[in-house]
Amino acid sequence: MLDKRFVRLFIIVANTLLHYLYKGANKRPSDRAIPLQDRLRPARPLPSATPHRAVVTASRPVGFFGAMGRSSVTTMSSAGHSRRDFLYIATSAVGAVGAAAVAWPLIAQLNPDASTIAAGAPIEVDLAPIAEGQAIKVFWRGKPIYINHRTKKEIDEARNVNVETLPDPQADQARVKAGHDQWLVLIGICTHLGCIPIAHQGAYDGFFCPCHGSVYDTSGRIRSGPAPLNLALPPYEFVADSKIKIG
Amino acid sequence: MSGHSTYQPQSAFMKWMEARLPIAGLVHSSFIAYPVPRNLNYWWTFGGILAFLLGAQLVTGVVLAMHYTPHADMAFNSVEHIMRDVNYGWLLRYLHSNGASMFFIAVYIHMFRGMYYGSYKEPREVLWILGVILYLLMMATGFLGYTLPWGQMSYWGATVITNFFSAFPVIGDMITTLLWGGYAVGNPTLNRFFSLHYLLPFVIVGVVVLHVWALHVVGQNNPAGIEPKGDKETVPFTPYATVKDSFMMAVFCIIFAWFVFYMPNYLGHADNYIPANPAVTPTHIVPEWYYLPFYAILRAVPNKLLGVIALFGSILILAFLPWLDSSKVRSARYRPLYRQFFWIFFVVCILLGWLGAKPAEGGYVIAARILTIYYFAHFLIILPLLGMFEKTKPVPNSISESVLGASQTKA
Repeated sequence: MLDKRFVRLFIIVANTLLHYLYKGANKRPSDRAIPLQDRLRPARPLPSATPHRAVVTASRPVGFFGAMGRSSVTTMSSAGHSRRDFLYIATSAVGAVGAAAVAWPLIAQLNPDASTIAAGAPIEVDLAPIAEGQAIKVFWRGKPIYINHRTKKEIDEARNVNVETLPDPQADQARVKAGHDQWLVLIGICTHLGCIPIAHQGAYDGFFCPCHGSVYDTSGRIRSGPAPLNLALPPYEFVADSKIKIG
Repeated sequence: MSGHSTYQPQSAFMKWMEARLPIAGLVHSSFIAYPVPRNLNYWWTFGGILAFLLGAQLVTGVVLAMHYTPHADMAFNSVEHIMRDVNYGWLLRYLHSNGASMFFIAVYIHMFRGMYYGSYKEPREVLWILGVILYLLMMATGFLGYTLPWGQMSYWGATVITNFFSAFPVIGDMITTLLWGGYAVGNPTLNRFFSLHYLLPFVIVGVVVLHVWALHVVGQNNPAGIEPKGDKETVPFTPYATVKDSFMMAVFCIIFAWFVFYMPNYLGHADNYIPANPAVTPTHIVPEWYYLPFYAILRAVPNKLLGVIALFGSILILAFLPWLDSSKVRSARYRPLYRQFFWIFFVVCILLGWLGAKPAEGGYVIAARILTIYYFAHFLIILPLLGMFEKTKPVPNSISESVLGASQTKA
């Protein structure tokens, strides 16, 4: 069987490794204090410094795995302790790496899968049918995107405020594309807890969130209520004068 | 779970079994011979009621899962399929949805009982903390279950609650994406919520075992709040506690059945019979009734992150109750001031629940802010100070004395 061959190979490798390490570990002060022949003599009581059970019938230390199957051999010398230490540390290290290697895919699977990401590809929206003063909602990546064709009045309202007095200061110019000042494109998700604000409502003529009462202005900037930030802007660009690509 | 078992197996088979797996002895010592204080009142029956409800939710839930489809396009219709086509599906679903409400009614009574009689005090701190963990697990399970019908309230409730985590700086968006499995609440979200909703009740069962274990190590508190002295102050669990628990369970089931058969949707929300629509948020979005006090606390705080912290803090603060209440006297019977503050706190919780259902505007917000401050002050100011300044009534020497009066026990 292939399995058995692997096991045998593993035993040989492990034995070599352990034997080598055993020699190194043997140089611990507590072990050095006891001459080897004393440690191998079963009848003599051990010094109190090494309280390990020492029933050793082999004439020399045998490999840990080599001892298996030989029922008469019980290797429990003080040196066996250091080999066990090695096994503990080596096993824990391999176990920790293994646990991390398994935890990674278990957590990563929670992230958006390939089909979800593929469905989140950029979309193109034709702006021509949107009349002045009208707001439409399109969906990109499952998020509602508001496209507002702002009137002159709405643009002026957005620009005639002292930006510094706003909770999340940002100029209206920074929230639209230059030369397309009438087009306000933003993610219609309230920055408080994710409800969809209603367009053309609220004290600032912009957006009003019915869930917890956040009020946004005609630039989608937060003016009052619990929301901490302005409505977010999606990545988009004008591919033509009346066509945008979102994403 | 309480020392050596006094169980004596009668039949040859049970003797054989007991020598191999002493489960009958465990049951006997935990639920038959187990000594309970002789002065327990009916408020102590809700632990048993909760255990029953957990079992009922598991049974109805497993059956509902046989007919439900956890897919965004099919979930809503599969629930309607359960209601209309599946044999007794309407009954099973109403038992499950109202069972959740009953579960919370029972747990709130159970918790307020513990607070009134000081059941969280030494040596029952771990027992109490396990209870808080159970409550948190219940809230998570209830929330996950409420999203499954994929109605408007399901969808928007899931959106609002998962967005709590977006309040945390830096890692917030990463957490919400992990929760959603997409860029917004959608089919992957529903799928994993269904899986977790099925998982958590079994986690609850595990923690309940620890809760009962801890209970049987320290023994039950009682209305007098003093430890029973000897066998004369306790009675065996069976028949005394068994019959009392069973009687109250039957009464509770009558109320449960009344909801299921006569007003099955009273505790729900009509908007959840509208299929989920990611484009429209319901104008008045509210969570299930049992979260309303915490929802009011969330909305009372004008800052997003602090609001979420206040919400979680209002629940987690319960875990610290054993150390915040500095009084040595357990039962409110012998704490005249605490008794008044307890009832004020109770009313504050009810009022917060009422405010949580109201729109967040004007006077409602101001009232919610005052009550939120009081809620935290109860734990952080009133309870620590009461222990120092309250003049408590003399605590009786024994349970017998508390029941019979000091004069009679002397005779």
